Amino acid sequence: MSTVAKPPMAAGTKPSAKVVVTDRARAENRLGLRLVLPAVVVMLVVTAWPMLRALYLSMYRYRLTTPDDREFVGFSNYATVLTDSLFWRDTWNTLLIMVVTVAVELVIGFAFAMVMHRIVFARGAMRTSILIPYGIITVVSAFAWQFAFSLNNGFVNAWFAWLPWISSDTNWFGSHWPAMFAIMVSEIWKTTPFMALLLLAGLSQVSEDMIEAAKVDGATWWQRLRKVILPNMRAAIMVAVLFRALDAFRIFDNIFVMTRGAQDTESSSFLTYRQVIEQMQLGLGSALSVLLFLTVLLLAWLIVRLFRVDLAQARGEG
Amino acid sequence: MAAANATRDKVGTWVGFVLILVWCLLPVAWILSLSFKGTDETAAGSPQFLPKDATLQNYRDILDNPDFLDALRNSFGIAAISTLLSVIFATLAAYAIARLEFRGKRAVLSLALAIAMFPVVSLVGPLFDMWRTFGLFNTWPGLIIPYMSFTLPLAIWTLSAFFREIPWEMEQAAQVDGATSWQAFRKVIVPLAAPGVFTAAILTFFFAWNEFVLAISLTSTTSSRTVPAQMSYFVGPDPFNPPYGQLATASVVVTVPIIIIVLLFQRKIVAGLTSGAVKG
Repeated sequence: MSTVAKPPMAAGTKPSAKVVVTDRARAENRLGLRLVLPAVVVMLVVTAWPMLRALYLSMYRYRLTTPDDREFVGFSNYATVLTDSLFWRDTWNTLLIMVVTVAVELVIGFAFAMVMHRIVFARGAMRTSILIPYGIITVVSAFAWQFAFSLNNGFVNAWFAWLPWISSDTNWFGSHWPAMFAIMVSEIWKTTPFMALLLLAGLSQVSEDMIEAAKVDGATWWQRLRKVILPNMRAAIMVAVLFRALDAFRIFDNIFVMTRGAQDTESSSFLTYRQVIEQMQLGLGSALSVLLFLTVLLLAWLIVRLFRVDLAQARGEG
Repeated sequence: MAAANATRDKVGTWVGFVLILVWCLLPVAWILSLSFKGTDETAAGSPQFLPKDATLQNYRDILDNPDFLDALRNSFGIAAISTLLSVIFATLAAYAIARLEFRGKRAVLSLALAIAMFPVVSLVGPLFDMWRTFGLFNTWPGLIIPYMSFTLPLAIWTLSAFFREIPWEMEQAAQVDGATSWQAFRKVIVPLAAPGVFTAAILTFFFAWNEFVLAISLTSTTSSRTVPAQMSYFVGPDPFNPPYGQLATASVVVTVPIIIIVLLFQRKIVAGLTSGAVKG
């Protein structure tokens, strides 16, 4: 926050011949800061402050059921978490869900974007239907798919019984992989439209002339896609992947509704929630919160890095 | 050859169009169909898609359920107030970002981006603790405050993208033509800025309407529990046989406002969602 107070003073100490312009710039600077201040304060109050508090609480053994027994324990909560197989299993689950859903969404989303880009009729109907999964409550999506996969009342078994690994009595929530599959289906269904819309925006930025030129030069459809279209929408792809990956990493609603973490389907977010709200283990839960936060930072950094390196390589080639 | 290609493209687009419609609407049709299945039918097991004999009993039950009605009221109230406040703060900030030169502009945008990716569940512990101390636990403001913070990034990004496109010189032009500055603002700037503000409001409302993690963690009774949280507790007497029909009906009821908003404002929503993405 100290940087917010500094600029006017710094501007004031700078000697300038054009006093009028400086005054104007100073006034503009001050007005700008005043206008953004409320938003900045609201954003920080609910994130930075509680995060600092989580950092502090994570150093304590602190259970809300016995608040008087609070005791400073240093980093031992972190040691407990990091040596627990449950933590690693949940982190693995979460990463797996993230990678699989984002990869599938990227492919399906791109196909959707291509169709929406080409379509000349019923654009309104198309936009409306693609926005319905986006707007629908995640909990509702989870219930809809839970019921669709349900043993007694679901249509999935009835419709897909012709597939070798599905029969009319397949219990989707009875073992790990089928349950994970159902969770991912709900997640993918709900968020693919968002991916498709971001990719569509990127696709419409690619110049038609370039694609046409490649066509004239005899490039096949696949070559045009790989050499012309995809490199030119790298920024849009990066934004889509970054947002969706970090969103998928926070997966909670679908798991809560569909399995409540049964069949080893728990995610990192769910583990944190369970420690804090159900077990009231605020110290341990805060350590989990801090670790989750650090993981998200690391993932964001990795994704941005990944795309930057690629960009540099593409430039080197060209 | 070219004609054959064109036909193939046309057929491909049609097939894609139908596939997208099925993808988007099948689960919606499924909950709609399920909401007309009676309790007897789901208890006996009914794997077919359509109800055997459709009944409105679920709708009568759910609209008679005081817990659901409370949750519906909480959801509307909390989402509406969060949206209003978030959009006001975001409008001020976005105006400054789009039009004024000031230090720390980049820092504000980076902060917004960081918060958009923040793992909400990390805050559940500390907020739970703090809200109990401040008496905000299980109250409307207890949810409104965090909803504002988490919707501000999207609102600020959307609005500053919109505001950058506004021809602000028109304000001066109107003043030169004899309008007062208030008139210039009301008659020229407000109509130009309104669509952007409105879009930001829709996206904010969707977020608050959908939010679940904080809604189950920071509430404990129907006095502030929102619909997603209430639905997750709505298990009925037999945990092995959830009230399929009722849950599907509740789902339909909370999806109707979303469908209405989408039908009316689809173009704006798409513009808002993608406004930040293109520039990268």
